[in-house]
Amino acid sequence: MNAIAFALRSFGRELRSGEVMVLLAAIALAVGVLTAVGFLTDRIGKAVARQANEVLAADLRLRSQVPIPDTWRTTAEEYGLQTAETQTFPSVVFAGDLSALATIKAVSDNYPLRGAVRISDTLFGEQRVVEGVPRRGEVWADGALLARIDADVGDEIMVGGSDMLVSAVLTYRPDQSIGFASLAPSLLVNIADIPATGLIGEGSRVGYALLVAGDDAAISGFNEAIQDQLPDSVRASNREESSERAYNAADRAQRFLSLTAVISLLLSAVAVAMSARRFAHRRMDTVALMKSLGATQGFVITVAVLQLMMIGVLGVIAGSSIGFAAEEVLSWILSDIIAADLPDSGPMPVILASGSALVLLVGFALPALLQLRNTPPLRVLRHDMMPPAPSRLLVTGLSLAAVAALLYRSVGDARMLVILLGGIIVIAAALYLVGRGLVALMGRFRSGVGVAWRYGLANVARRGRSSAVQVVAFGLGLTVLLLLTIVRTDLLEGWRKTIDEDAPNHFMINIQPHELDSVAAIFDTAGVATPEFVPLVRARMSTINGESVKTRSYPDPGGSWLANREANLSWTATLSASNEIVAGEWWPADYAGPPLASIEEEAASDTGLAIGDRIVFVIAGRELEVTIASMRSINWDSFKPNFFIVLSPGALDDMPMTYISSMRLEEEQQSMLINLVRTHPSISVIDIDAILQQIRGIIEKASLAVQAVFVFTLAAGVAVLFAAVQSTIDERRFESALLRALGARKRTVFAGVMAEFAVLGIAAGLLASAGASILAAIVAVQLFELPYEFNPLLWLAGLVAGVLLVCVSGFVAARGAINASPIEVLRTA
Amino acid sequence: MSTVGASAPSVIAVTNKKTKVRYRRMENQSPDKAAVLEAHGISKQVSSPEGSLTILSDVSFRICAGESVAVVGPSGAGKSTLLALLAGLDLPTMGHVTLKGANLGELDEDGRARLRADNVGFVFQSFHLVPSLNALENVMLPLELAGAANAREVSHTIIDKVGLSERWRHYPAQLSGGEKQRVAIARAFATEPAVLFADEPTGNLDARTGANIMDLMFELNRTSSTTLILVTHNALLAERCNRILSLDAGLLVSDRAVAA
Repeated sequence: MNAIAFALRSFGRELRSGEVMVLLAAIALAVGVLTAVGFLTDRIGKAVARQANEVLAADLRLRSQVPIPDTWRTTAEEYGLQTAETQTFPSVVFAGDLSALATIKAVSDNYPLRGAVRISDTLFGEQRVVEGVPRRGEVWADGALLARIDADVGDEIMVGGSDMLVSAVLTYRPDQSIGFASLAPSLLVNIADIPATGLIGEGSRVGYALLVAGDDAAISGFNEAIQDQLPDSVRASNREESSERAYNAADRAQRFLSLTAVISLLLSAVAVAMSARRFAHRRMDTVALMKSLGATQGFVITVAVLQLMMIGVLGVIAGSSIGFAAEEVLSWILSDIIAADLPDSGPMPVILASGSALVLLVGFALPALLQLRNTPPLRVLRHDMMPPAPSRLLVTGLSLAAVAALLYRSVGDARMLVILLGGIIVIAAALYLVGRGLVALMGRFRSGVGVAWRYGLANVARRGRSSAVQVVAFGLGLTVLLLLTIVRTDLLEGWRKTIDEDAPNHFMINIQPHELDSVAAIFDTAGVATPEFVPLVRARMSTINGESVKTRSYPDPGGSWLANREANLSWTATLSASNEIVAGEWWPADYAGPPLASIEEEAASDTGLAIGDRIVFVIAGRELEVTIASMRSINWDSFKPNFFIVLSPGALDDMPMTYISSMRLEEEQQSMLINLVRTHPSISVIDIDAILQQIRGIIEKASLAVQAVFVFTLAAGVAVLFAAVQSTIDERRFESALLRALGARKRTVFAGVMAEFAVLGIAAGLLASAGASILAAIVAVQLFELPYEFNPLLWLAGLVAGVLLVCVSGFVAARGAINASPIEVLRTA
Repeated sequence: MSTVGASAPSVIAVTNKKTKVRYRRMENQSPDKAAVLEAHGISKQVSSPEGSLTILSDVSFRICAGESVAVVGPSGAGKSTLLALLAGLDLPTMGHVTLKGANLGELDEDGRARLRADNVGFVFQSFHLVPSLNALENVMLPLELAGAANAREVSHTIIDKVGLSERWRHYPAQLSGGEKQRVAIARAFATEPAVLFADEPTGNLDARTGANIMDLMFELNRTSSTTLILVTHNALLAERCNRILSLDAGLLVSDRAVAA
């Protein structure tokens, strides 16, 4: 007979049997997680690719902290290049009583030179590519900004001292940053409107940029010509550089996501292997029968492989549907972080996931099926006749090869693959030992419990190997979920707690010296204590002990960054309360000697600076040499203005400076800000509460998304449990029937089985709680720099979740065995 | 203990009567009737923790087309092993079996399977229906394996014959024990096999159902000229065959004909 016809004919019925469902679920899960993660990484990749190509909105961008001299533009025009100018700075915009921090992007007519701006005419409306820039007096505002100030297209909003008409919703600009887009949403303004707003004063923090575009030869010609004119403070970026940075960041995100998928994949592989073994075992009788009726080995194996392929196809269909749904959920969760308007991923993730499913089946299911071929036909008469077990070498080799093949895609390099594979084997072995240890530990309580628990504990101990695998499979899924919950709640909460109740919640920046009195007057009128104004001077480090900061070597890469970036300097006579001297001496309040500096201790160790070292700063073209006199530790969480480097009194006299300040404003006091910004448009008021909330929101969403990915891991753990229960179901049916025949009530048998799962659940919960606690402590200390607090609730949650999950899944998996009629079971056994 | 071959009847007569019966049967047997199944000094040894164990020892006989032969003996006598060797499900340690002239020992597993597909039917104690196929499909299975063109029609006919014309769509799980065995019998006869092996076909059935099943089997055996090899504990059942091979501790202790 045609093997295809036979395989098809019996497939429908086979499908209903439990082990096929588990096999199918395991494959669907693997495909689902791979597709979902594939979609997500594709999305990140596309966002990055678009970003990389358009990130400059130009071919070359010159950025400066001071206005761009006209000569640069004329030079560019001499080379036949297109130019455009932009100014970028933060400012608070108002609509009625509501205000929000925005990134003001002022652009000239030609903007953007590369890529295109997209707008829509209504909030959440259809977006379209637009030529040109906002007309004078009009702005295009990011939807998030409009939402925050409860404004819409057609409304007027206050930008600095000007009222401007929102004429469109800005949905995309090529040079927007990729992540945290919602932190300070963009407001696109015509550059000609900026002077009237009064937003830019002397010393204001503004990023000026000259955008240049044209053919490659002209660009490089211009770049060479302009190099000599560029002061140190100007950065020229071309496309290659900026795309490389973006790609590196995206690459890390994609690898992390792929690795999370790998955990689910490995658990699915365990489930596939277990259920395939059962799948094959169940088929042995039929195979023996078919052979006795004259079927050849070829026929038998063809049928088995065909059915496996059909399961694979169904698994891929189910898995891709899960993946598609997951993608929708994930991109919804992440819509603030990753642009949602990216083109569809197309079929690639599904194709890759299907390929992986095939590898999974070949690696983990095929050995069991190949074994079927050798089923002795004699089995029809003697049920104990088994085919010889597949060679250990084949099983191990195939599964390792499959894992390696699956990992290679997310790792992409042979050396890393070997390391990772080794790591996985070591971790899996360690986890397995922990699982066995837990199982053994639970077994010790056997003598002190009732009959049901004893029965359950005995079963767990008897199936020690399988029990340990189940504990680990469940434990792993729970661990990550618990960990992410801790990060999402405990750690963020802990961080919030470290912030004082009366810590400042608003910053003011860009206060001009001549505005100090009038600002103080506004506070006075509002009945709010005038905050302290801290001077700020922008400077660039030039030399350390006579050596250029560019050529110097630093103990830590962070040191190079600190030395080469634009630095904020301040001076003070008295040490701020949030600072503490850790080395050297603080200058006396009436100090009037040569300029001294106090440096933050970590900055000092990163840059390799010591007391007595001399630093030369360049401030607005003038040089200033200072000597390090002390080192401080800073409590940054005080939210007071703090500086890595503070100078002694008098050191910064005559330098162009602005002031910054921080204060705590209660809800009802905040209306004074409207008056303040109206009368002092160049001052930027930053609402820290709002920003903290946004950061929290973004961290929560990101971890929620990762948690969503890890739900697959937990589901894979459930699949492993199902597969494990399936593989013992005959045994369980027989035991249950025997116990009931011996007079046990159904309830007792049920209690025994549930006790078994509860024991597994407790062990998995313990493993997960311990794992999550250790990882959380590492994350807290290393990543968040917070002291980790032991959380007993976590252990409770781990245990409860473990017991509930395992018991519910175990009950579903094993209920058939408990409910089977004893007489039927015993008769056929 | 001597062995018994149908070609050289040197039987250890238990009673005169039985010997007489046997010889009468042998006389009825036409000499030119071809042997479908021959055991040539077959032995089966298996290794066990206690050393080599002899399950069957030097058994020879010859079975002709159309005979119905019961294999009887106490548990552990080697009945099932003999059946397995005769059907080529297993190979003897010594000696050889020829089925329709083919030496099973010279065929590989697939070769024996093909030979079975063309010549052999089975009825098992525990029915052995394929759970994922319905009654009709179970009957069609050996026909299709043998490459028959009209498997469906033939199967319908035989399903009717075993009295399950209303239930052909049912799956094994939906059938009673007796019904399952009827399907198994239908399946066994569907290919009109030269030899039908039945291993305790009534072992899992109650007495009345068992009797009905055996009636059906003998009826089909009569009408289809199939050779029937019936392994059974049941003496009454054995008496319904026209020849009885008795095994004890792996030895063939008697081979006698039964009065018609």
